Amino acid sequence: MRSGTSTVARIRSGVVIDHIPAGRALEVLRALGITGKEGYRTVVLMNVESRKLGRKDVIKIEGRFLDPRESTLVALAAPTATINVIEDFEVRSKVRVSAPDVVEGLLKCPNPTCITNKEREPVKPRHRRVSSEPLEYRCEYCGTLIRLR
Amino acid sequence: MGNPFRGADVISILDFNRGDLELLFEYADRAQKRLGTKLDVLKGRVVALAFFEPSTRTRFSFEVAAKRLGADVISVSGEEAISVAKGENLADTIRMLDAYGDLIVIRHKHEGAAKLAAEIAEDPVVNGGDGWQHHPTQAMIDLYAVLKLFGTVDGLRYALLGDLKYGRAIVSFLYGLTRFKPGAVYLVSPEPLRPRREVLMKLEELGFRYEFAASLDSVIEEVDVLYVSRVQKERFPDPAEYERLKGSYVVNLKTLSRARPGLKVLHPLPRVDEIALEVDATPHAAYFYQASLGVPVRMALLSLISGAEI
Ligand SMILES: [Zn+2]
Repeated sequence: MRSGTSTVARIRSGVVIDHIPAGRALEVLRALGITGKEGYRTVVLMNVESRKLGRKDVIKIEGRFLDPRESTLVALAAPTATINVIEDFEVRSKVRVSAPDVVEGLLKCPNPTCITNKEREPVKPRHRRVSSEPLEYRCEYCGTLIRLR
Repeated sequence: MGNPFRGADVISILDFNRGDLELLFEYADRAQKRLGTKLDVLKGRVVALAFFEPSTRTRFSFEVAAKRLGADVISVSGEEAISVAKGENLADTIRMLDAYGDLIVIRHKHEGAAKLAAEIAEDPVVNGGDGWQHHPTQAMIDLYAVLKLFGTVDGLRYALLGDLKYGRAIVSFLYGLTRFKPGAVYLVSPEPLRPRREVLMKLEELGFRYEFAASLDSVIEEVDVLYVSRVQKERFPDPAEYERLKGSYVVNLKTLSRARPGLKVLHPLPRVDEIALEVDATPHAAYFYQASLGVPVRMALLSLISGAEI
């Protein structure tokens, strides 16, 4: 048996989310709404060595793929992540996520009196990126800043 | 040269540049000259006032401005607004007013309500105050008051005193100053009431220079304009801290004893006790004059949005 990650590493088909900042894997899973009860064979590696980041987290999910909205959610939770799509044990595509300039309906405004937090109003929260390092968005309705990392 | 206000929403004073504001002030001059006569430039138009938050001054001022221009006024306010607040949502009320009116003025306790209303309505929407965020028409009046008092907004030294965190009028005035070239801007407030981070970020984006001052005493000798706003007790997490600090943010004859003779004190009104009554009789008191400019400036704005000449 080879050491380390290889026993659990290889998935036939699914997604590998790599280069997650160390300690943020669970936030990525939460953002994707993955609790474990869905039944996907999932591997979560935390605080493993990384040439790029020093330490990183990795998530591998068998039989699951991400749509563009979910890729954005990964970007918001883990701005350095790469998303690898695996088919037949091979990497079919590898994409570095990027935080979009504008996100709609994905972030909740932290200001309780923002109109986007009022019940029964037909309004989706909309946020515009104001900074990449740290990743920060501004509510388009009330101006409140959200620092994601 | 076009009219940038025509059909436009007025959500934040930052929606407008210096040239836009100067055009508005020209119209305000004309409106002021014709205050004695009832005009008919908005005859047949309906201005809808939707005041979901109590207000006397702003609502009256819009109503008088609209009527002076010959418009009809419909309004949702007081008890109706409360029943609306309980039942129907804001979006549906705005749709109704959009159908009946030609222009909507909204005041609401939630930040972003005016922006949402503007997204829903076909009509132009004017923000009459949204929560602690924006109060653009007040800022227009305040800048116009400075212009009338000093002949210019540029080069003057300003102290902004009070609640810079939640005071929508004082922050809107600060935003308005970014469209001009003040000589100096001092932000005077207790530490917990300094501007929110996004406000400071916006000032930085605009390359706007300002300084924090710990007390009014340290800057009173050099300022031309003292803009005062209320420090509300509810804003302090610790009541003892409020009691300790409130005295430092009150303007009275003693505070003003070292002021320049030409210093003018502005306040968006209503005031409570942040300006002592004894100040009213001094040549420094400009807040009643400032308030008197509310109608002409709003007349100017309503006619420009409607594309009507005055
Ligand atoms: Zn917000």
